[in-house]
Amino acid sequence: MGRYLLRRLLQLVPVFIGTTFLIYWLVWSVPGDPFAGKCGDRRCPDSYINFMTEKYQLDQSIWVQYATYMKNLFQGDFGITFNNREVADIIATAYPNTLKLAVVALAIEAVIGLTAGVLTGLRRNGFLDNLVLISTLFLIALPVFVVGFILQWLLGVKWGIVHPTVSSEMRLTELLLPGFVLGSASMAYVARVARTSIAENRRADYVRTAIAKGLPMRRVVGVHLLRNSLIPVVTLLGTDLGALMGGAIVTEGIFGINGIGRAVLRAIVTKESATVVSIVVVLVLVYLLMNLLVDLLYAALDPRIRYE
Amino acid sequence: MSDPSTASIVSTPPATMPTEAGSGAPVDAGLPGNARKEKPRGLLGDAWRDLRRKPLFWVSAVLILIFVLMAAFPSLFTSGDPVNGTLANSQVKPSADAWFGYDVQGRDVYARTIYGARASIVVALISTIGTLLIGGAIGMIAGYAGGWVDALLSRFADIFFGLPFVLGAIVILTTFNGAGSSNGEWYIMGLVIMSLVVLSWPVVMRLMRSSVLATKEADYIVAARALGAGHGRIILKHLLPNCLAPLLVYGTIMVGSFIGAEATLSFLGIGLKSPVVSWGISISEAQNYIRVSPFLLFFPSAFLVTAVLSFVMLGEAVREALDPKLR
Amino acid sequence: MSDILVSEQSKPGAAGSGRPSGRLLEVEDLRVEFRTRDGVAKVINGVTYHVDAGETLAVLGESGSGKSVTAQTIMGILDTPPGFVTGGQVRFHGKDMLTMSAEERRRIRGEGIAMIFQDALSALNPVFTVGFQIAEQFRIRRGLSRSDAKKRAIEMLDQVKIPNAKGRFSNYPHQFSGGMRQRAMIAMSLALDPEVLIADEPTTALDVTVQAQIMDLLAELQRERQMGMILITHDLGVVADVADRIAVMYAGRIVEEANVYDLYAKPAHPYTMGLIDSIPRMDERGQQLRTIKGLPPNLMNIPPGCPFNPRCPMAQPVCREKLPPLLQIGTDRASACHFAEDLVNRD
Repeated sequence: MGRYLLRRLLQLVPVFIGTTFLIYWLVWSVPGDPFAGKCGDRRCPDSYINFMTEKYQLDQSIWVQYATYMKNLFQGDFGITFNNREVADIIATAYPNTLKLAVVALAIEAVIGLTAGVLTGLRRNGFLDNLVLISTLFLIALPVFVVGFILQWLLGVKWGIVHPTVSSEMRLTELLLPGFVLGSASMAYVARVARTSIAENRRADYVRTAIAKGLPMRRVVGVHLLRNSLIPVVTLLGTDLGALMGGAIVTEGIFGINGIGRAVLRAIVTKESATVVSIVVVLVLVYLLMNLLVDLLYAALDPRIRYE
Repeated sequence: MSDPSTASIVSTPPATMPTEAGSGAPVDAGLPGNARKEKPRGLLGDAWRDLRRKPLFWVSAVLILIFVLMAAFPSLFTSGDPVNGTLANSQVKPSADAWFGYDVQGRDVYARTIYGARASIVVALISTIGTLLIGGAIGMIAGYAGGWVDALLSRFADIFFGLPFVLGAIVILTTFNGAGSSNGEWYIMGLVIMSLVVLSWPVVMRLMRSSVLATKEADYIVAARALGAGHGRIILKHLLPNCLAPLLVYGTIMVGSFIGAEATLSFLGIGLKSPVVSWGISISEAQNYIRVSPFLLFFPSAFLVTAVLSFVMLGEAVREALDPKLR
Repeated sequence: MSDILVSEQSKPGAAGSGRPSGRLLEVEDLRVEFRTRDGVAKVINGVTYHVDAGETLAVLGESGSGKSVTAQTIMGILDTPPGFVTGGQVRFHGKDMLTMSAEERRRIRGEGIAMIFQDALSALNPVFTVGFQIAEQFRIRRGLSRSDAKKRAIEMLDQVKIPNAKGRFSNYPHQFSGGMRQRAMIAMSLALDPEVLIADEPTTALDVTVQAQIMDLLAELQRERQMGMILITHDLGVVADVADRIAVMYAGRIVEEANVYDLYAKPAHPYTMGLIDSIPRMDERGQQLRTIKGLPPNLMNIPPGCPFNPRCPMAQPVCREKLPPLLQIGTDRASACHFAEDLVNRD
């Protein structure tokens, strides 16, 4: 397990460097004048230009710039916006909200998706099976913002069952609808993967062995069948948590949640590219680490991987 | 390698499940040769026979045909003007006169919705073709060459995979479309297409690579090589036809998700912009009037959803027909 | 929930006599068909055999002859659909298992009748340790504590001669070699001390040298425990040493049943003759191997008369018209050939 971890970690390094360099290059080098459109609609103040040029060695080659930038980043310095706000502050305020939303979304998609997937996997071609197949097709096909608007309008405005936007207190009851919207597509995937996985493993030899051993059906399904079938599902959920933690730009926008996604969007609208880079780099790091975690989880769940 | 599916925000289906345990790599085409010989019809003939009987297939095919016609000849469907309106008509509800009503600026929503098909479908189709070509070619090279070429290309793909979809698109689009530049309609469209392709090709590349790897060692290819067939011939004559099926299925579904993605980007204000007419823009404009005029939101959403759904359903139907396991 | 996985056996009417005969396990006139989209395949067409305590019955046949499906039906692990039992009985201690409740049947599995599968790698659950899978039975079926169950499981691994049983307890199936894995599978099937053991091609997936070791182990354990054993195989060479009686299957029915000596010395069915002739022999070096010409019949369309007639070197017109029943010849053997008497009585 230790060696496996090390190998995966080493594979991660070039990807992280590549991805973050790509972003850095896009934002600071491609536009020619590095300060074009970085300070809102006005020209950047000279003090900011001088400060940034010196701090990030913007007069040097892109490689030096990037190295300087990463060095600062790893020392916990995420940079400042042109109007003197610490980017780290922005992240610190917004991130907890994003996390809360991500956890709620993950919980919803895991519970609903798994239940639907397991039930339909065990009994295929029934009414429930068709219902789940069709509804998952819809959830997969619908862009999140459409689902969000429709549910917000239907449940929030027309029927008044829930509050259409989320207050700054982020109460759990308020987060249920945004969480559902955010998790809707993944919920459908979870259901489908679980269904296929259960249906495939149901006829597996080891399930037959478990029955031949005279184990009660509860145990055959609950232990032998589920444990194997859940491997791809758990992996999917883990990967999805990585994506969810990368910020739900659309969902946060629709429901007015002050999360990291909205912070990025605001930075884009107000043309603060420096802020955008910093936040995106952090999010990419989170995303990649989550993927690493998923790999490890996968190895923990499937002993065949660990000893390969 | 686990597969970080493109951010769940856009509906891009996860292409493959983790393959290290050898599970679930979609290699429908990698059927052993004898499995096909048993039946007089070929795999494709079989699939077509299966497909013809599916109502899902016909429904989605007809819908797609309608949408394509709408994109090519919008004037067949409406005589209205999608761009100019009279403010007096602002937010007038649907009536026999204007079926879908008028938007805030008094433009005919029906005409806008019909004309909106063009941008969405053009962007989605070109992006899909680009993604399939680039991802397919790189995947073919990586899978066929193997060794360090494969390792290098795979890591390169990982770099783009590491970018969550919406974030990546935001960075690309703001970079090239930044600073108050008054870029033309086609320039922005090209940018949107480019960002979709750049962020999606790794999925296709992995799909292609895994099917090539699965097919490469098949006996008939080893035999062809032993008979002295050149690389080009092996790739074109033997590998490509066998690796194409999963790619086509994925491509069909991808058109659907790209329509959704394009709308999402327009909605966020970083994709296509007015005066271009697109469903995403209409939905984005409607969101501020959701309480007063929900119909503004409803009609473009309904078209968008139907279009996305038709492509996804078509892909599903083809996938089911091609997958012998589901028979 | 039980009907989800286990075949919901269609219950035949009160066919068969059902009289207690003192036999341990009896299969009587069993019929199974597979209903698929392409048609109905009659996989088992009236199989009758029995096994008593302490004896080994070898069931011999080509793949597709129905020998494994019979075993699966006995165990109640037939995949339904497509498999359906359409007639006959499977009696354990005189009681028909096909009409029992699911719960009654479950209790027989493992304790009454246990089974060893062909491919231990896929038959063992890949994500649990071998020890867990053996100990599980002691915990669930016998209610033992975790530590007691572990002790018993290690004893079982010891009994099947797995070296360092204690250490191997916490290994996963894929960490075992093929032979060791099959030993673990045997340990698992014997854990609850079954009265009947069904071994479905237990050595097919193994190397030749390992095959012999596993067969020896099985034979030894069978003697020690006085189990009834049904050994399913397509390999005549394997059965000669271990089996007491041999039942030869063809196209879903028994075509000949005899003790090992009689069967080898004087086969009473042309199919058996063909099988024996196709064994390579040391004293006939240099000659071409004899084979049975033709292919087994399509089970969706079994030829009328004797199903073997298209391949039979001695087929007569009657063979194409009349299905020969399995009839006793002498005291302890039976054959389903119109000319069985002639075959036995020749020179």
